Amino acid sequence: MISKNIQLDEQGRLRHFLSIEGFKRQHLVNILDAAEPFANVQEQAMKKVPLLRGKTIVNLFFEASTRTRTTFELAAKRLSADVLNININTSATSKGESLLDMLQNLEAMHCDMFIVRHKQSGAAHFIAQHVSPHISVINAGDGCHAHPSQAMLDMFTIRRHKQEFADLKVVIVGDILHSRVARSQIHALTTLGVSEVRVVGPKTLIPSNIENLGVHVYHDFQSALIGADVIIMLRLQKERMQGALLPSEAEYYQQYGLTEEKLSYAKSDAIVMHPGPINRGVEIASSIADGPQSVILEQVTNGIAIRMAVMSQALGPKSPNGGKQP
Amino acid sequence: MSTQDVLDDKLKNSLDLDKLLDKMFLELETKITALDKNNIVMIGIHTGGLWIAEYLYKKLELPTPLGSLSISFYRDDFTKIGLHPEVKPSQLPPELDDKHIILIDDVLFTGRTIRAALNEIFDYGRPASVILGVLLDRGEHELPICADVCGQTISLAAHQQIKLSGPEPLQLTLVEKK
Repeated sequence: MISKNIQLDEQGRLRHFLSIEGFKRQHLVNILDAAEPFANVQEQAMKKVPLLRGKTIVNLFFEASTRTRTTFELAAKRLSADVLNININTSATSKGESLLDMLQNLEAMHCDMFIVRHKQSGAAHFIAQHVSPHISVINAGDGCHAHPSQAMLDMFTIRRHKQEFADLKVVIVGDILHSRVARSQIHALTTLGVSEVRVVGPKTLIPSNIENLGVHVYHDFQSALIGADVIIMLRLQKERMQGALLPSEAEYYQQYGLTEEKLSYAKSDAIVMHPGPINRGVEIASSIADGPQSVILEQVTNGIAIRMAVMSQALGPKSPNGGKQP
Repeated sequence: MSTQDVLDDKLKNSLDLDKLLDKMFLELETKITALDKNNIVMIGIHTGGLWIAEYLYKKLELPTPLGSLSISFYRDDFTKIGLHPEVKPSQLPPELDDKHIILIDDVLFTGRTIRAALNEIFDYGRPASVILGVLLDRGEHELPICADVCGQTISLAAHQQIKLSGPEPLQLTLVEKK
């Protein structure tokens, strides 16, 4: 939990985007509204606008990523910013350079924004506390903590299909324990006023006390699906699992995999989402992932618009001291 | 009667919107007589310019679709004022190469909006020509840009601003900036 919200400057404008926590409903709505025209830009023959010309954005990915890194890169390029992709494996950190030394070197190159993904929770927040006042930091996923731009692109996708958040029943399914996406989604959904958020999964993959975030916990998938408007499937994060949390993938699929039969319990116009990468036959049946209720690829497209909105808001007008309290 | 009302009345007497639009239509009609209408694309700048363009587009009976332009992403003051909260999408035909563009806005003042609009148009292609039509020209341009077709030139004090509201009915109001 962030005590003083370093994500906003003293005028209440976006400076860093580290976590959904600390934002009021209006902040989130502003981001969603700002993304609408950028979504239209994607559909134009000319997909590039000159908004961030002259700005330099650095992708600092300490963890593997395809969708998030490339959509951040595309978003920056479509805003006419210059993009640096630092390959951490071949960078000087592997020669023993500390993270902060590396950041200072990037700052000396007059960069304007760091997009950070790291396996440690709180990494982006740590970096935001140490950068110069003119630099913005965007969290592209930190450990099991937060992935705010993913949550916002999911909210954007939901709003495009369902308009009003208030009446929705949203079900988040699977590995909630290791999912920074789920945590950010839960904060975004409750901040936007969704009436019921349900989380479903085996006991070993549901964090204790998650009810405190305002969600209902289910272990039986079918009963959780009854009346659902939105179903969000999560990937099993085997790379983060320590110890035997699951008997087998086959058994998991049988209980928590989304199949045609299980989908029939949800509302007939329910949409099916997944942050990717999807594991067909582990958490979702191919026929659902490729089916008419799936909006999985729309999520990817919307990710560019949301990231364009966040980047242009964070690199917009700045207070003279960059929002740091004197 | 307050100062605002007096100014408004004076302005209303001198500015007859129907007459201004008719003048624009007649001037444009003359300008495009020699051109093939299939090669003409009319583009209105959001929001006021688009309302005027819609009127002129119907009267000129252009066969090509009407385009709209939102210059928000091309403004030169983004780092000072940020993004407008409600940006309307631009809708331009994908092919602008060798077309004769009629660009329409409501008020020409500094010329910065037109500069931004031209930049956006040139991102889409290389038009054969661009004709600028405006309802009102305030003068005091800060860039070497002037209108080819103009309803009327007016002179206003720096703290005054003229606003077009619409689309039904189209109405001009004088706003005193604080």
